[in-house]
Amino acid sequence: MGRWEHFSHGSDIGVRGVGGTLEEAFEQAALALSAVVASVPAIEPREEVEVRCDAPDLDLLLMSWLNAVIYEMAVRRMLFSKFRVTISGLSLTGILSGETIDPDRHEIAVEAKGATVTGLRVAREDGGLWVAQCVIDV
Amino acid sequence: MDRQSLERHSDFEWWIKPTGKMRVPGIIYAGEQLIEGMDEKVHEQVTNVATLPGIQRASYAMPDAHWGYGFPIGGVAAFDPDEGGIISAGGVGFDISCGVRTMRTGLHGDELADHKEELADALFASVPAGVGSTGAIRLTDHEMDDMLRGGARWAVLQGYGASDDLEQIEENGCASAAQPDCVSREAKKRQAREMGTLGSGNHYLEVQRIARVFDPQTASAFGLHEDDLVVSIHCGSRGLGHQVGTDYLKIMVAEGFRPIPDRELACAPIRSELGQHYLGAMRAATNCALANRQIITHLVRGVFERVLPNAKLTLLYDVSHNTCKIEEHAVDGAQRELFVHRKGATRSFGPGHPELKGAFRETGQPVLIGGTMGTESYILVGTPQTEALAFSSACHGAGRSMSRTAATKKWRGRELVDQLRAQGILIRTRSFRGVAEEAPGAYKDVAAVAEAAERAGLARRVARLVPLICVKG
Repeated sequence: MGRWEHFSHGSDIGVRGVGGTLEEAFEQAALALSAVVASVPAIEPREEVEVRCDAPDLDLLLMSWLNAVIYEMAVRRMLFSKFRVTISGLSLTGILSGETIDPDRHEIAVEAKGATVTGLRVAREDGGLWVAQCVIDV
Repeated sequence: MDRQSLERHSDFEWWIKPTGKMRVPGIIYAGEQLIEGMDEKVHEQVTNVATLPGIQRASYAMPDAHWGYGFPIGGVAAFDPDEGGIISAGGVGFDISCGVRTMRTGLHGDELADHKEELADALFASVPAGVGSTGAIRLTDHEMDDMLRGGARWAVLQGYGASDDLEQIEENGCASAAQPDCVSREAKKRQAREMGTLGSGNHYLEVQRIARVFDPQTASAFGLHEDDLVVSIHCGSRGLGHQVGTDYLKIMVAEGFRPIPDRELACAPIRSELGQHYLGAMRAATNCALANRQIITHLVRGVFERVLPNAKLTLLYDVSHNTCKIEEHAVDGAQRELFVHRKGATRSFGPGHPELKGAFRETGQPVLIGGTMGTESYILVGTPQTEALAFSSACHGAGRSMSRTAATKKWRGRELVDQLRAQGILIRTRSFRGVAEEAPGAYKDVAAVAEAAERAGLARRVARLVPLICVKG
């Protein structure tokens, strides 16, 4: 079962996803990103958006993935609470499920400006779990 | 930060001696307490910046420095293209040309009393703020490119403010040589509904009272007196700037130049195709920020006309604190054209600087320092010695002392709003969680930062401002 958490950075905030597979770690990292912006349980998965991205290595694929989520949040005025990720080599397809921002319901905190290379790491730990993390500029 | 790792040159100047790949020393301007509270990461990042090609004199950190992205926030570094100098997306930051502008109102504290709630409500209703908020202005592709070339000048031509405003903005309201073609379609799309919006996080619109004047002569030249009401705006280049930062960081990491094995310091030589493209896009994003603050100024003026028609909002100054500007500076006795990165640092040209006009040529430029919604902000002025100390730079704000996660565990937004109301500060927000994350207690002591900037010689305190109304994103 995957999980996510935040970690501290001077003025911003780090997101970390942990999962049994690389895909699950990426999905959990995106949930952690959503939780930076709003309260995830309050976001209804009413509408689906598909994104695709690729990168020269896994670390940068995570950065591209989180930046794709940030971009869809910004241009669609949406928040997302469910993510399904498929990774083939260094290409990713993601299905984002969410709804239009409602400040009265979503306990909004702060908008995400971009995913950074600070604290950026994608790795399989000794226990076999995948970790995907980086700092988000807010 | 461990003081043992630093060489003390004065009470407010600490050096990191050049070792290994460092081309120049690191210099941190701060008092003893600020140094002790500073993250070790600042030491590491100041040191890393000192290794970059073409860096001149030193890698500097201002009194409010904290852990950033490659460069520390509060970092200043100047590069000479003739010596292979670089440009860094991380050295400018995601919120390109984020900055502060302050307007005089011509009103005194007692003139607000009967209208405070009404003014707070009207500002909150008129200036879009917070996650997902949208502005009323929609631009065609052609208009978007005009805005990216023209900045605040474009905004004034559209009727947002007057041409007088432009002289009170760094670079007269327009970054030259902007290249809208170097800005991605995604960045322009992200900006489509965000013109004239404040954003979220530490961005704000405040009505403030001048609680103390430190330097009556300079304050008078700035048109400021004790008990005057002023309005300050802190915001940046919105979605467009964030996307430009995102786009070019990715390209610089993948294709750019990496002088040491740290991806955060990915950059491009100034004299390279990538470097020139980034500069063109960064200047376009700068113009987006300048246009945005000009539009918000127009919205604020409209509110005052309705609520307090006796007010006359005139622009004191507009500064950007996430920038890279071409400036002439003396290095080793020769004037050189340098690319000065200021990441979370404010330009602080001193008296007589040829780029300053009018009263500022005599006094030096205003340096606007944003505080928190519960404490205070400062207006400083550039000094004669700041050029030699740090390429004419000073601090930009308080800087966080506590993470967002820790702040939300410690404070409740609604309780904070009530407490601040009891202190006479009206908060208007769509996000109580955002208020908790921005709690005044989560920031360093801005008074100590302003005092350190003065005692280090970077800028001199002119006035202290206390908030009366704060619109938060």
